[in-house]
Amino acid sequence: MHRRTSFVMVAATFLAACGSTGGTAASPSATPLSGTISVFAAASLTDSFKALGTAFQAAHSGATVQFNFAGTPTLVTQIEQGAQADVLASADTTNMDKLKGDGFTVGTPQVFAHNQLQIVVAPGNPKGITGLADLAKPGVIYISEAATVPAGKYSLQALAKASVTVTPKSLETDVKSVVSKIELGEADAGIVYTTDVKAAGSKVHGVAVPDAYNVVATYPLVAVKGTKNADLANAFIAFVLSSAGQSTLESFGFLHA
Amino acid sequence: MRRQSVPIVVIALATIGVAFFVLPLLGLVLRAPWGNAARSLSEPETLEALKLSLVASLSATGIALVLGVPMAWIYARLEFPGRAVLRALTTLPMVLPPVVGGIALLLAFGRRGLLGSWLDTTFGITLPFTTAGVIMAETFVAMPFLILTVEAGLRSMDRRYEEAARTLGASRWRVFAQVTLPLIGPSLFAGAVLCWARALGEFGATITFAGNFPGITQTMPLAVYLLLETNPEASFVLSLVLLLISLLVLIGLRHRWLGTA
Repeated sequence: MHRRTSFVMVAATFLAACGSTGGTAASPSATPLSGTISVFAAASLTDSFKALGTAFQAAHSGATVQFNFAGTPTLVTQIEQGAQADVLASADTTNMDKLKGDGFTVGTPQVFAHNQLQIVVAPGNPKGITGLADLAKPGVIYISEAATVPAGKYSLQALAKASVTVTPKSLETDVKSVVSKIELGEADAGIVYTTDVKAAGSKVHGVAVPDAYNVVATYPLVAVKGTKNADLANAFIAFVLSSAGQSTLESFGFLHA
Repeated sequence: MRRQSVPIVVIALATIGVAFFVLPLLGLVLRAPWGNAARSLSEPETLEALKLSLVASLSATGIALVLGVPMAWIYARLEFPGRAVLRALTTLPMVLPPVVGGIALLLAFGRRGLLGSWLDTTFGITLPFTTAGVIMAETFVAMPFLILTVEAGLRSMDRRYEEAARTLGASRWRVFAQVTLPLIGPSLFAGAVLCWARALGEFGATITFAGNFPGITQTMPLAVYLLLETNPEASFVLSLVLLLISLLVLIGLRHRWLGTA
């Protein structure tokens, strides 16, 4: 599902970007920010970045921010294969370093948020899961993210710290599909971000992962090389890092950068 | 035959259209790391996906033959109210986005699904995240191709042979097995091959309904999608394998589907 939507969005943002260049080329630099940028953001940022985009557009009436949400490695691949992106917001530093190392970034990536892991279970916690060790209990269907996705990598780290060995039934392509399979009742437990549990509201329940085993996810963002609207891209990055942006992120459960 | 003069606009537009299809294929062929193809194909993860894909797609084709041929026979031979609606319903996956098919399968056969919850509580059988789930997803998406092809074969066959056999005292079943089936052999073969090719390429319904785990539910298309992020070259090679199979299927069936040119 995410793959399909992200392709449509890439196409849409591409068309929008093509349309906007002609209009902004003649604008003098002193005029207010205008035009369209497309922000490629990790799936775990879906709700918070939509809110940030709305707030940013409200502050800059001529500006449009379009989003493409997917697992971070998918976004990096899309950018490296030529997708028109202006900003990348990654859910880890590894994928960001890869993009930077391959020469697709402008400037230094800046950390804008942190996140932590939580176990996601059905409302009421029917399987009585109290910690990481319970994921290996017989009869518990545990699903995870593929190890290429930051959340999948962090899950493996947390399980290793807790010395828990468990084989997932499925390696989903991003955190949102793990949450939706818990919501649908197809799986009993998964490890996702605190923010994903919060975003799903009453449809799922979160079980804390103790600090000793937990992993702090670091979210950096950067302008993408070849952006057609560097001013707007940098303004958006500045907005995310501003106190208004940070408090929006905190309201979605992210930890302060 | 008289040569037709073709307006230049038609030729120009058709050329753009042809390039639209050929360029992506060319990209794949040119970018594929031919030197490493053998090594990429022999990596354990690739082999696992290849093996699973073959097992699942052949099983799906088998199920489609067993269930689909009777359906095609009923659609072709019996007049009953609602036949058109029934045919539309059972061939819907041909035009349905496969992800929607996967969601529908979850709601029917998932752990909380209409039938799935009963299977789970009564027999302890859960289909998502299993190879059986992959086969179901592939059958769901691919069987309509077999049904329609076989139905067309049944409609176009000469029924006098069946009538002659009946007159000579053969039972209905014997007529079906020994007269009808051999007569529609080519359609049966074409339908099965199309169904198999579609099953082999299935992605959306599989990842939605069955999930993704190497050796259990990670078929070739899923491996291609995930490898693109970790090992693009291997992903290109696997794509090429799928491309070759699809091409062979179309060339093999060209007389049925592409005219005789």
